[in-house]
Amino acid sequence: MKKLLIFTLALIFPVLGAAAGDGAALDLAGNNLANLKSLQRGAKYYVNYCLGCHSLKYVRYDRVGRDLSLTETQLMDNLMFTAEKPSQMMVIAMPVDDAERWFGRAPPDLSLAARSRGVDWIYTYMRSFYLDDTRPLGVNNIVIPGASMPHVLAEMQGYQIAHFKEWEDEEGNTHEQFDRFELIKPGKLSAAEFDMLVRDLVNFLEYVSEPVQVKRQHIGIGVLAFLLVFFIFAFFLKREYWRDIH
Amino acid sequence: MKQSDRDLIDVVAENCSRLLGWIDDRFPLSKLWKEHLSGYYAPKNFNFWYVFGSLALLLLVNQILTGIFLTMNYKPSAAEAFASVEYIMRDVNWGWLLRYMHSTGASAFFVVVYLHMFRGLMYGSYKKPRELIWLFGMFIYLTLMGEAFMGYLLPWGQMSYWGAQVIISLFGALPDLGFISGEMISEWIRGDFFVSDITLNRFFALHVIAMPLVLVALVFFHIMALHEVGSNNPDGVEIKKLKDANGKPLDGIPFHPYYTVKDIVAVTVFGALFASVIFFAPEMGGYFLEHANFEPADPLKTPEHIAPIWYFTPFYAILRAVPDKLTGVIAMGAANFLLILLPWIDRHPVKSMRYRSPLYKALLIIFAVNFLLLGYLGLQPATRLLGEIGLRAAEIYFMFFAICWVYSASRRRNYHLTATGILIALVSIGDALRWTGCNDPTTCNAFSLERNVLIMQSWLIPALFIAVFLLLPCYTRLNESKPVPDRVTFK
Repeated sequence: MKKLLIFTLALIFPVLGAAAGDGAALDLAGNNLANLKSLQRGAKYYVNYCLGCHSLKYVRYDRVGRDLSLTETQLMDNLMFTAEKPSQMMVIAMPVDDAERWFGRAPPDLSLAARSRGVDWIYTYMRSFYLDDTRPLGVNNIVIPGASMPHVLAEMQGYQIAHFKEWEDEEGNTHEQFDRFELIKPGKLSAAEFDMLVRDLVNFLEYVSEPVQVKRQHIGIGVLAFLLVFFIFAFFLKREYWRDIH
Repeated sequence: MKQSDRDLIDVVAENCSRLLGWIDDRFPLSKLWKEHLSGYYAPKNFNFWYVFGSLALLLLVNQILTGIFLTMNYKPSAAEAFASVEYIMRDVNWGWLLRYMHSTGASAFFVVVYLHMFRGLMYGSYKKPRELIWLFGMFIYLTLMGEAFMGYLLPWGQMSYWGAQVIISLFGALPDLGFISGEMISEWIRGDFFVSDITLNRFFALHVIAMPLVLVALVFFHIMALHEVGSNNPDGVEIKKLKDANGKPLDGIPFHPYYTVKDIVAVTVFGALFASVIFFAPEMGGYFLEHANFEPADPLKTPEHIAPIWYFTPFYAILRAVPDKLTGVIAMGAANFLLILLPWIDRHPVKSMRYRSPLYKALLIIFAVNFLLLGYLGLQPATRLLGEIGLRAAEIYFMFFAICWVYSASRRRNYHLTATGILIALVSIGDALRWTGCNDPTTCNAFSLERNVLIMQSWLIPALFIAVFLLLPCYTRLNESKPVPDRVTFK
């Protein structure tokens, strides 16, 4: 039975993938890397809800602590549940073989998710789980139809169902298109609060995808300022030398 | 200043000049300095377009220096490459800066080289006596493409992997001659049946040793050849023809200090643009670092859309435009080969476009715009309409060389008429081969009809292009060159 299910999934997955490729309009994440509080909340949500399955194997705990202005005690008490030393990487204990057996495919490492997928994609994806009886875990996702990930944040968001509308193209084929969500069982948070939570999470993921990003832009302003001043000298030096060329 | 200070300065100055004398007796330091900088006379009318040679040299140095430091932390193995790049980005001090300087430098190198080549086209810098400069330059360009292609595999991301897979498999289109086949060549390049750890290792060796050595040698020859004949200029006038009593060109000025101080200004402006990308947009919207390349290479998962990095896309578009794979590979090779042969294709005596005919100027501008269009098309997924436009753009790319050949001398009307006939016939034969026949009603559906209509409509593009550029010279005075002045113009 399970084999049959996987086989069917393997058959329809390319089709669904293609449908998603030219489809789902993404919502703007609107996160802000300069917002330290948001990054700290994002880190908290990540270690509590995501780090069980999704590693950040290129990221060190102490780097996160430093960049997010956390003391070592704060870091150890609030973010490090399984690791012992702050210099350790944010890896997970779940064996890949087991993960593949449980979910169909191992949950990917998310160190670079914000760079490969983009923040808007993650923001939309996290808010697009809906109830679907045909799926093994009872939920499906609009952004990746047939996603094998459970609705981890259900406790916060609650459960929603998706409404689709049908339309006919010129050749008379009917297509199903996502229309809107309807919340049928509220969670702990209101819709606006939940969006905020996901925004913090996305903010944290953008930070870990390139920890140096904010510092890089600061240095950039200094470099450009130096080059501007240097340009003035270079320009007048050139003009002085070329004065006698006619 | 006190007397004792002055004495000290004199002593230092005297010792320096004695040291220089000591070196000059053993190595031609002063001689080289004089021959290539302080005594190398360059035309005084260089404009904006003449900074890209120096900038290309600067970028070569940038690539080598940042490359050395990247090599210290990079691990050329399929299991470790991707992680080692992230290690450089996160744990190596200033590693992110080195990596962005190197990745942005690669794209900037091509920007600068393309502008440098276009300068050569505008002012006829490839023409006699500078054919060898152009030839060395083209070899630099081809080597640079190889260098960039191999370097792009090293981060071992999805696009690295699949880009290399697609490009190397192109050789598979070459025919099987029994003792050697295209497939054998692909295997020989990869060292495996698919892109693997072995491929990564050899590409690393070629990228960090073989190609850079060849590049540096070719750049040396390029500059030696240039300094032998002297630089061309926006007027296309030979400054060595008119010299003063001391044998110095009347319109020439020493490269140092005049062009060194000018190049410092250019380097500063370029540096600001370069820094803007590195510090504020290192991915350059996915063009310099592609988004899919932030996922590790997975031989089992083909990305939805594989596009080569932007600097290859004009030639990739030509390759893809041709329906037959082997013909496409040949067309892509020919597109480069014709550029190499340009000094012997365009033999018009007037060098600079400033004094060439309005028609030639229009031809050159269309060639440049068409090249950009090909570059854009190479980035897009292949649809029927874009594919058709790509084919027409490829045809116009090749027509440029044919028309340059016709324009090389003043020719009779019959010559122009015959050339028009031949070129239009060639285009039409190509279209006839693509035509979907309607003898069999099962193949003659709405789809094939639509396709034939598209072919007929787009046929007008090359036909009009040929008619305008080959017939107008016969019936109007639009192809007459202007007289070239004896001296350079300088404002």
